[in-house]
Amino acid sequence: MNDAHSTISENVTDQLPRSDAPSFWQHLRHLLRTWPIVPIIIITALLIAAIFAELLTPYDPEKDDLISRNTPPMWQEGGDSKHILGTDPLGRDMLARIIYGARTSLLIATIVLSIGTVVGLIVGLIAGYIGGTVDEILMRVVDFTFAVPFILVALVSVIVYGQSFTLVIILLTIFSWNGVARQTRAETLSLKTRDYVAAALVAGASIWRILWKHLVPGLINTVIVVTTLQLGSLILTEASLSFLGVGIPPPSPAWGVMVAEGRNYIYTEWWISFFPGLAIMLTVLAFNFLGDWFRDRFDPRLRQLD
Amino acid sequence: MKTFLARRIMYSIVLLLATTIFVFVLSRQSGDPRHLLLSEQTTKEEWDAWGVELGLDRPVYQQYIIWLGNAITGDFGESIRQRRPALDVVVERIPATLELAAGSFLFSVITGIPLGVLSAIKRGSMLDYIGRTFALIGQAAPVFWLGIVLVLIFSVNLGWFPVARRGGLDHYILPSITLGWLFASSFLRLTRSAMLEILDSEFIKFARAKGVEGALVIWKHAFRNALLPSLTYAGLLLAGLITGAVITETIFSWPGLGSLAVNSVWQLDFPVLTAVVFVITLAYVGMALLIDFLYAIADPRIRLE
Repeated sequence: MNDAHSTISENVTDQLPRSDAPSFWQHLRHLLRTWPIVPIIIITALLIAAIFAELLTPYDPEKDDLISRNTPPMWQEGGDSKHILGTDPLGRDMLARIIYGARTSLLIATIVLSIGTVVGLIVGLIAGYIGGTVDEILMRVVDFTFAVPFILVALVSVIVYGQSFTLVIILLTIFSWNGVARQTRAETLSLKTRDYVAAALVAGASIWRILWKHLVPGLINTVIVVTTLQLGSLILTEASLSFLGVGIPPPSPAWGVMVAEGRNYIYTEWWISFFPGLAIMLTVLAFNFLGDWFRDRFDPRLRQLD
Repeated sequence: MKTFLARRIMYSIVLLLATTIFVFVLSRQSGDPRHLLLSEQTTKEEWDAWGVELGLDRPVYQQYIIWLGNAITGDFGESIRQRRPALDVVVERIPATLELAAGSFLFSVITGIPLGVLSAIKRGSMLDYIGRTFALIGQAAPVFWLGIVLVLIFSVNLGWFPVARRGGLDHYILPSITLGWLFASSFLRLTRSAMLEILDSEFIKFARAKGVEGALVIWKHAFRNALLPSLTYAGLLLAGLITGAVITETIFSWPGLGSLAVNSVWQLDFPVLTAVVFVITLAYVGMALLIDFLYAIADPRIRLE
């Protein structure tokens, strides 16, 4: 059930037959299990890529260079050390597009999650604190956003409004505040029965003061955990939209678009689809790991969530 | 039990109506639907007749009621590209999607659940690590990329399976794995954590203490109870199943509902798109209801509530 438990018991059995101190590898293993080191390295690299993209690569991710098109990665025959991961059918450097793609993905995820978390927190607080009909209505809306087939709504919206960065953000936001709202409401329901809230009420505190000073601080952990756990799936959803051609419009560097562009070339130019997809997977893995770690640290009760 | 089911059915109907209203209003926003029917031979009379038929002179909510009335009788209008009833275009795509769904469900159940049980029993072993890595990849790899990589390895390089399209049994393997992996991961994680929790509980200790054989304890006493959470979350996985099916069908040129939805977007074929959305949402609502029902049967606490 919990990993801390297994670490202790396994380390004990590991050490039993040996009399000497734990080896370097045991230390490393212990460190890797206690702290999310690998995810933090990946996420730091992503942040650096997203912020300093211009400094990290000399290439323009949107500019064609047909002379060097379809260059394989440098370790393959015909590769060129100027293009480490090769180039795409328009001659654009793969690595440059992946680096700039990190910016696109993280930017969207940050905007969507900031709005979604604030909205979710407010809705959850109101529903949980006021209760009654308000709660019932708000929670049915939450149920609804969970149940609507997102992809169909996205497809229809794109025909009507056209493909754009803004539309992606709006669509993702509509479907990403619900998790925070649901958890916040559940937490608020239990927090508001605490004695200190009753005491504040008796002392004449206003409803806003109670919400902001007495309830929100107790909710922060839950919100952090839920938000981090959502990051990965948000990035996956954005990539899926872009892959289907209803997300980020080309030629902007977005990982999902890049995988789609390489689809017709997999017989010969496998790298065009492969690397952007790998970037998505590593990013999502890192955020999922971090989310799990946060959860185990801050809010183990949420374990049932996965 | 009755009130529980009645509530769920009511809720399903509301969901179906809300989704169709949403799609309908959006599609009317995109402009006069008559432009899509327009050809060089269209006369002014035909144009006006379409207006009356579609109720374009009336407010949107009345137009929706007209559309809904027609939809219930199976009339979704005519496909703009194919010039035949939209519902026919949609219905002939259903078998391919059902086959794909069945294939991926089979894959996710036969891999996810046994692996989940085994990694719980042999916790910390090599098998446990393999199982958890399998789950981690399934949850983090984008479906569209997974499909492409599987094709790259097994079709392009090894030549074991065909690249795309429907056909013999070998055509089902890669698409089923592509779509099923994510669900296999969820089943694995749910079964594993449920098994770990149950194996630690008093009634299992009691069964062991009174001398029930090991395998019997695991499969009869623990496993049955561990299935319950999988059932609960199966409902939450449904929405993901739709997105996954749309993508998988696109990659493998699979002639199902998902690829039809994407194509009708590109062809601006609104009657077909609204019909697809209606059919998919109906299927989705039906499955969600079925899961609730199964859950009520499996868990007496829900039934008696």
